[in-house]
Amino acid sequence: MFDDSSIVVGLEIGTSKVCAVVGERNADPAGTGLNIIGLGQARSRGVRKGEIVDPSQAEEDVRNAIVEAEQMADVEIRNVYLGVTGAHLRGFNNRGVHPVVSADREISEDDVQDVVKNAKAINLPTENSVVHAIRQHFFVDGQDGVTNPVGMLGSRLEVDVHVVHGHTNRLQNAIRLVKGLQLEVDEIVSNGLASSLALLSNEQKELGALVIDIGGGTTDYVVYANGVIKHTGVLAVGGDHISNDLAYGLKVPLSRAEKLKLEFGSAQVDGECRGKAVTITNELGLPFKTINVEHLRRIMSLRLEEIFQLVGQDLEQSGLFDYLRGGVFLCGGCARVPQIAPLAEQVLQMPVSLGQTNSVSGLKSALDQPEFVTAIGLVKFGSFKTRKREGRTSLVSGIKGALGSLWRRS
Amino acid sequence: MKAKTQTPVAVLEPAQTQVVKIFGVGSAGVAMLDAANGADFTGADFVAVNTDAASLASSSAPVKIQLETRLLRGLGTGGDPERGRAIAEEQFVTLKTACEGAGVVFVVAGLGGGAGSGISPVLARAAKETGALVLAFVTLPFACEGNRRQQQAQSGLDLLKSVADGVICLPCQKTFKLIDENTSVLDTFRITNGLLVESVRGVWRLLTRPGLIRIHFDDLCALVRDRHSESVFASVEATGPARAREIVEKLIAHPLLDEGRALAESEAVLVSLMGGRELTMAEVNRVMEQINRQCERAQIIMGAAVDETLKGRLSVTVIVARQGPIPMELPPLAASGNAGEQVTSRGVVARPGSRCSSPTAPSAPEQREQNLDRNAGARARKPNPKMRQAQLSLAIVSKGRFDKSEPTIHKGEDLDIPTYLRRGVALN
Repeated sequence: MFDDSSIVVGLEIGTSKVCAVVGERNADPAGTGLNIIGLGQARSRGVRKGEIVDPSQAEEDVRNAIVEAEQMADVEIRNVYLGVTGAHLRGFNNRGVHPVVSADREISEDDVQDVVKNAKAINLPTENSVVHAIRQHFFVDGQDGVTNPVGMLGSRLEVDVHVVHGHTNRLQNAIRLVKGLQLEVDEIVSNGLASSLALLSNEQKELGALVIDIGGGTTDYVVYANGVIKHTGVLAVGGDHISNDLAYGLKVPLSRAEKLKLEFGSAQVDGECRGKAVTITNELGLPFKTINVEHLRRIMSLRLEEIFQLVGQDLEQSGLFDYLRGGVFLCGGCARVPQIAPLAEQVLQMPVSLGQTNSVSGLKSALDQPEFVTAIGLVKFGSFKTRKREGRTSLVSGIKGALGSLWRRS
Repeated sequence: MKAKTQTPVAVLEPAQTQVVKIFGVGSAGVAMLDAANGADFTGADFVAVNTDAASLASSSAPVKIQLETRLLRGLGTGGDPERGRAIAEEQFVTLKTACEGAGVVFVVAGLGGGAGSGISPVLARAAKETGALVLAFVTLPFACEGNRRQQQAQSGLDLLKSVADGVICLPCQKTFKLIDENTSVLDTFRITNGLLVESVRGVWRLLTRPGLIRIHFDDLCALVRDRHSESVFASVEATGPARAREIVEKLIAHPLLDEGRALAESEAVLVSLMGGRELTMAEVNRVMEQINRQCERAQIIMGAAVDETLKGRLSVTVIVARQGPIPMELPPLAASGNAGEQVTSRGVVARPGSRCSSPTAPSAPEQREQNLDRNAGARARKPNPKMRQAQLSLAIVSKGRFDKSEPTIHKGEDLDIPTYLRRGVALN
């Protein structure tokens, strides 16, 4: 019964696959370790550009993935942290202000809560709701860079938050789907945030880093600077677009384009492939068409280059390029494309590497794949949250909660 | 022949003093000339040139040249450009004397028929020989007018490109997007004619209105010449406080610019802004910034001018020299001459009567308003499935698996369309 609380599940309903990852928090006293014990995935058929377009098919895919993960981890999954994405997600920075009114001018925990609440009070379009409001830095009487102001003296407390918001109904679509499978959604998390959690160490966050997650239907990116999230964005372009471009440009069916992409794809057009051609065969084994590899790579290269350019432009507008001393980290299915890091380096003019999940242990096969980064990040997010919650609950309320859950279950 | 721009006449200072002659060639050309006549073309000489007596008789142009031989018996060229060309060569001297004294010659014609495709290249050459700068404004026929006319128009266009300093081309097929489905045939032609007149007016204004930032005619010629490409044209107007933004939006959505794709694929762009006295630098800046962003690869020539008649309105004319889908490697006259001969050898089909015989000319300002309304209407109608249908047949790019999903529009670009197409990268 108590074991349950140490299990954290991340569920990502992606455009190309649905992926559920089961993690177990280590029993060590610090509680920092995280062990991946189960992984389930299913081909996704009901999602386009990161958003659900066919709920019944998506539901089936989610069920398959969850069942697989349950079998592998040998646990029963009740709660999940759900990853969300889509072009409707937007991020911006906002500042909240709160005057400290206590007589001794000491900033208390309540003041901090109030100032964060003020920062969250934003004017959003009525159909939108907040996904995250992530704390950045506090200012005490204009003093910059305060990470924890409790106990400090001051008269005016301010805080910057990064707010991610999205279309309520579209967010609810995914939540409802998961709830329809008798699962509880603990929290929704934007995919970009999850990926960055999985990839970046504290040191890298401090140095400043950009994480670009190029998935099947969307490209999510997150910028860390000075240890906090400064900028997030979603571009509804991904690997699907590459396949579609190839299908159009090479005049082959989409499924074939997908295969060609995996087999011959590359992000750069090098001299070696110039004039090279491959003949593909139809289902009977007869020659069907001759494909020019150079064209294939040029089409791919242009699309990927454009994605990096668009991300670059966005960063340039927000003036964050100079903060990225830690470099750029790529993940998502498209990070598998050969030569993608050199291409990104060329476009963004800074060191680029393929991201690797850190401070997680467990199934080696899952951890090494760039496409599972988001799901692992979701688990990591979940483990942070549960730890925080536990930290707060006192002994008495802890026992109360445990008893309560006993009652509820019986 | 390109070297001729360096003839003494090409040194055009100041532009206002030079004589501009506008030639309407063929029935379509004459009809367009009528549409232009009376609009603010003060100071230009209008000349109508045709083989068809009836069309000339109804024209309001002050000077009319009927190219006539006994062979034709006043019936026109019968849709055969070779006949038109033969007659024009015969009367070459007449044409040349008509061009005499002009600094700039505009040739306005509808290609595809006998007179337009046959006579206008010869006329352009005649004008060239008198030392004038020649700019041709032509329409290409609708797709439904048949393959033969398309081919004739294409070979006429190639010939024109090889002799004229610049050719600005309006493919009628593209105007379908501007036009309401229920428009009558007569109105449709009137509108396409109006569009071409609009482009003539745009260039005319460039040359004659006092410019704050001046565009020289040489710039214009350099832009449209030697590109072996199609120059497309769009003119939009807007009023109100947000007019700069509105202008850019309209431009990006303009069907003649392929919804902004033409801008992205352009090699060179000429932008002319025209406003009343209240035109601010900030507005000019805003429009130019957006256009610059749209066409990063292009060489951009810009001009701004004040026209007091435009009270509160901002009018922007854009001429885009676009990389053609197939770069045409045409060695100038020799090859195009051959093309002409091929057309004849294919035999003559009697096709009396050109499509543009509507004698009535609507007043031009009204026309412009109408076009603008339609333009705005076409944009607003976009989600309408009925309109989609019309677009599908024109835009060949299918979005494949994203056909039914919500389009990913980023700064006016549809990211669902393959990048290499939007950037105009040729795979060969």
